[in-house]
Amino acid sequence: MQLIPRRILLVGVLLLGLTWTWFSRLGTAETTAGRVPAPQTGFLAPDFTLETLEGQTVTLSSLRGQPVIINFWASWCPPCRAEMPAFQAVYEEYQGRISLLSVNTAYQDNLSDALALLAEKGATFPILLDTDGAVSRLYAIISLPTTFFIGADGVIAEVVVGGPMTEAGLRARIESLLEARP
Amino acid sequence: MLPILQIGPLALRTGDLLLLVGIFLGLNLAERRARNWGVKADHLYNLTFLAMIAGILGARLSFAIQNFSLFRESPLNLFSFDAKLLDPFSGIAFASIAMLVYGQRKKLAFWPTLDAFVPALAVLAVFVGLSHLASGKAFGAPTALSWGIDLWGAARHPSQVYETIAALAILAFLWRYFSRQAASGRTFLLFIVMSAGARLLLETWRGDSLLTFGGLRLAQVIAWVVMAIGIFLLERQGLAGKPVESIEHG
Repeated sequence: MQLIPRRILLVGVLLLGLTWTWFSRLGTAETTAGRVPAPQTGFLAPDFTLETLEGQTVTLSSLRGQPVIINFWASWCPPCRAEMPAFQAVYEEYQGRISLLSVNTAYQDNLSDALALLAEKGATFPILLDTDGAVSRLYAIISLPTTFFIGADGVIAEVVVGGPMTEAGLRARIESLLEARP
Repeated sequence: MLPILQIGPLALRTGDLLLLVGIFLGLNLAERRARNWGVKADHLYNLTFLAMIAGILGARLSFAIQNFSLFRESPLNLFSFDAKLLDPFSGIAFASIAMLVYGQRKKLAFWPTLDAFVPALAVLAVFVGLSHLASGKAFGAPTALSWGIDLWGAARHPSQVYETIAALAILAFLWRYFSRQAASGRTFLLFIVMSAGARLLLETWRGDSLLTFGGLRLAQVIAWVVMAIGIFLLERQGLAGKPVESIEHG
C-alpha cells in the first residue's frame, strides 16, 4: 500500500515546482550582472582610453548611444589579417551608425609590420594602440583575434574568440545591434 | 576556467572541445547499450549523422533566405562556419523531419529509439556542465557563501559545478536502466523529467537568467512545462511506478 497515492505525490511535485519558480523570480535590474563591468556577454563593457595611430585619444564610454565593435588583433596573426577586409567593408557600409575600434595589441606586435598590413589591406578605420597590454588584460584577451560586439547601452552582446570573421557574420551581428538600439 | 586550450599555434575553444568529447563518449555508450531497447547501433549513428547534416543545412538555408541581403556582396559566406549565420529553430525542425523520415523508412519503434538515445544525452549533459565551467558561461549569481568562485568580477555561485553534479546524479540514477529491460519510453521520459526538474531547481542560482512576465525566469517556466508533460506521459503510459525488470544483458 502506498503511503501517499502516487498521483497526489506527482501533483505535489508539480505544485512545489510552481511555488519554487514563483519564489525564484527576480526584478529586471537584478538579473545577470546588470551594470558590473566584465569582458563577458551580458556585462557592461569595461571602460578604457587609448591613443590612435594619429595620437588622438578615444574613450569607450564616450561612444555610448551607438553600437561599438572592438576587434583585438596583431599583424603576425593570420586570421586577423584574413578578416581585415571584412571589417573594412562593414566600416564603409555602417560608418556613422556604429563605431569600430580596431585595437592593435602593440605590446606584442611590431608597429612597422602593423602599418604595412594596414596599407596592404587598405584599412581606413581607426586603429588604437594597446602599447602596455593593459586593455588586453582588462578584456582578458588570451587568443587573437577576439571581437566584442557592444550594444548602444554599453552592454556586451557577444564575444567572438577566433576568426576570421566573414562579412555576412559581421553584418548579421551589426544588424542585430542596430535593431536592439532603444 | 580555461576558455582556450593553446596547443602550439593552435587555439582551441575548450568548451566546444568538451562538447565534442561528450558527444563521442555519449554515442559510444549508447551504441553499446542500444540492444537493450532492441535498437541497432547503426541506426543511432545514422540518425545522429542525418540530424546533424539536415539541421546545419536547414538552419543555414533558412537563415540565408530570411537574410538574403547579408550574402549578396559575399555569397561564399554561405559556407562559413559561423554559428551566428544559422536559424536554430529551422535547424531543429529540419533535423526532426530528417530523423522522422529515417525512422519511418527503417520502421524504427518511436519510444525504444528515444530510450536508446538516453545514454548519449545523459553523458552529453555532464559535458555541457564541464563546457560551461571551462568557458565561464552559464555563470552563477553573486554570493557570500564560502564555496563561491571568483568569476566576472564577483564571488559567484559555481552554477556550472551544480549543473555538472546534477547531470552526474541523473546519469548515475539512470545507469541501471542502461543494462536492464525497462518499459518502452520510461528511460527517456525519466531523463526528461529529471533534467527539467534539475534545471528548475538550479536556475535559482544562475546569474544570467532571461526574465519573462512578472520577473519569472524563462528557463524555469519552460522546465516546469516540460516536467509536467513528462509526468503526464509517464502516468498515461502507466510507467511512473513500474519497477525495472531484472533481466541482465551482460
